[in-house]
Amino acid sequence: MTFPLLAVVAAAAPEAPTGVVQWIWLAVALPLAGFLVNGALALRRPQAKTAVSVIGVGVLLGAFVVAAAAFAELRAHPPEAPLIVQLWRWMPVGFLDIRFAFQVDQLSAVMLLVVTGVGSLIHLFSVGYMHADEGYARFFSYLNLFVAFMLVLVLGASLPVLFVGWEGVGLCSYLLIGFWYAVEANSDAGKKAFLVNRIGDFGVLIAMFMLWWSVRSLDFVTIAERAPLRLAAGGTLVTTITLFLFLGCAGKSAQIPLYVWLPDAMAGPTPVSALIHAATMVTAGVYLVARTNFLFSLAPLSSAVVAGVGAVTALFAASIGLRQYDIKKVLAYSTVSQLGYMFLGVGTGAYVAGIFHLVTHAFFKALLFLGAGSVIHAMHHAYHATHSQQDAQDMRNMGGLRRHMPWTFALMLLATFAIAGVPPLSGFFSKDEILSAAFGRGQTQPIWILFWGMGLLAAAMTAFYMMRLIAMTFLGQNRTGEVERQHLHEAPWVMTGPLLVLGVLSLAGGLLNLPALVGGGAALERWLEPVVAVASRQMPLVMPEGPLEWALVSGAVIVALAGLLVGWRLTLARPIPTAEDAPEEVGFGRVLNRKYYVDELYDALIVRPLVGISRWILWKGIDQGVIDGIGANGSAGFLRGLGWLGSRLQSGQLGFYVVVFVLGAVWILRAVAR
Amino acid sequence: MLLGPSLILSALLFTIGTAGVLVRRNAIVLFMCIELMLNAVNLTFVALAQVLGVNGQVMVFFVMTVAAAEAAVGLAIILAIFRHTRSVDLKTTNLLQG
Repeated sequence: MTFPLLAVVAAAAPEAPTGVVQWIWLAVALPLAGFLVNGALALRRPQAKTAVSVIGVGVLLGAFVVAAAAFAELRAHPPEAPLIVQLWRWMPVGFLDIRFAFQVDQLSAVMLLVVTGVGSLIHLFSVGYMHADEGYARFFSYLNLFVAFMLVLVLGASLPVLFVGWEGVGLCSYLLIGFWYAVEANSDAGKKAFLVNRIGDFGVLIAMFMLWWSVRSLDFVTIAERAPLRLAAGGTLVTTITLFLFLGCAGKSAQIPLYVWLPDAMAGPTPVSALIHAATMVTAGVYLVARTNFLFSLAPLSSAVVAGVGAVTALFAASIGLRQYDIKKVLAYSTVSQLGYMFLGVGTGAYVAGIFHLVTHAFFKALLFLGAGSVIHAMHHAYHATHSQQDAQDMRNMGGLRRHMPWTFALMLLATFAIAGVPPLSGFFSKDEILSAAFGRGQTQPIWILFWGMGLLAAAMTAFYMMRLIAMTFLGQNRTGEVERQHLHEAPWVMTGPLLVLGVLSLAGGLLNLPALVGGGAALERWLEPVVAVASRQMPLVMPEGPLEWALVSGAVIVALAGLLVGWRLTLARPIPTAEDAPEEVGFGRVLNRKYYVDELYDALIVRPLVGISRWILWKGIDQGVIDGIGANGSAGFLRGLGWLGSRLQSGQLGFYVVVFVLGAVWILRAVAR
Repeated sequence: MLLGPSLILSALLFTIGTAGVLVRRNAIVLFMCIELMLNAVNLTFVALAQVLGVNGQVMVFFVMTVAAAEAAVGLAIILAIFRHTRSVDLKTTNLLQG
């Protein structure tokens, strides 16, 4: 393999962008400054809640303004190549010259807007939700730090810069899941998330090493240029690289087999679940696949794996969601399932559809989580007022809340219709586009028909469990308790306001990418076209058209409506017992309720053997046995024994010394005489 | 020139001295046996000096000087032991055992 020096030099010096884009680093610097100030306040003045609120939300709004300005600039003057903002030389080591650089293009602009926009709303919501919490300042400093790292992730112009953000959001996720660290289960959940993500990060690192080894660059632009020349399409190398990348994505975006951390991550405060574990961080894997579409489109096998894992995860997680009672657990499995959809999209080659679903999902899932937060807020207050020890998150303890919190009810119902795919809400368009793309690829590769079928079944389940959530929470008779009922109330405007905005976005998000079928211009499709240009050449998509498309769409709508109807009727068919009185689950429902015993399986297959090997072989065996026993204590004991033998000679008896002396003298004499 | 008988005598004396050092427990006797061994060696030197030159006789003076110094130090040690233990039996002086 030869590496022309000229190419390296040429790639190292792109022209610096002008205008707003060169200030893009402000979008990262503002939340980072917010983290520092709020962190200092958390240490020094934890009660200065007004200052914390102003700074925490203000920096996010500032970042949003920067993002919007960059977006407008990009829209006004569409660049031919991604704009690279060089900040500093980071790791100049021989040929490896990594610069800390941000890449502003159509894809990162979309992500910027989602992260800062939805992030701002969730920050605002947190002002109300976390107001009574002691760790208010600490919460906002973590949240600001998260946004800073997330923006580094989406802006990074090379894999190492992206990886800084990738690890940083993982750290913030850990900190925020274990935010209420006094409860051991919460810090355990944080550790679980961190450790499971470690497996994925290993994959990203290996992929980076292999990319450097084969392509001699880690910048996205350079890799995109060289990959088709240096990597054989469909070859083992590019397949291995992309599979390792996907391992990282599966960890970060909670796909089979690494999804187990996300449901546990619900131990964190609800705004965290909305921001990190639904809208932004968990979609980083989808973003990475879309960002490296030029590699995935070279590896059809990897793309099939991505789509397959996505489809299976969508179905698997949705089925678990059917039988959960914790309102946040339902939403968590729903998130895993919807992420599966996104991977089905990007694995199919429908990168735009995947990103589209990412955006709409950020809207309606953030709305669902914040709505659930508002419900939990009310329930918590009710139980707090009566000193009840009931579970404020168990849907069996809710019911009939629509009379107490009409706004939350209306908005969550809207989000439910959006996620179920009822036209013309946002989720309908994005989900339908993914399913159509899968069906379209199924025309040439039959396995995709299976993926499509799984996706459709998952859509039915999604509609069912979401309607079940609504019915158990808001409809029917209230089960909270006679006294507690008096204390149920709607959340303050600072919480319902963001819900309202997200409601509008969930309603109208479909406008972003209206398909030609209903006379739309597919705006997102055209906007992202330069990003996925290479991929759509290498792996062209055949979308179904005409009557077939109409049939698919109406099929999906019928499935969604049927799921909603069945979910509604079946849930309210008979009275729901409260969590205390609920009978033991039986049959398959029990298997679903226990999440297919996957945690137990992992515990038995991985955790216990690992702990066993660590304890009995590595600790007691090698460390205590070999190193301490034979190494340290063994050598000391040997020398002590030798010394003891020597000391036996020192009897103190002069006669004995003389005998030894004479014998020695005779022995020497004998040797000399010879 | 009595070389043979002289060497035999000095060998006998040396053997007696060695045997005394090995078997006796009285420090004074032990000391005297060491002197006997030294003087046996002196006798050898003197006897052999007749054949091999005067060097042997010079060596004898060195030995006598060292023996005198050794006698002074040795007797002082024995005195100290006696003061300490009221005995010159070497069985009782085993303080330096390991």
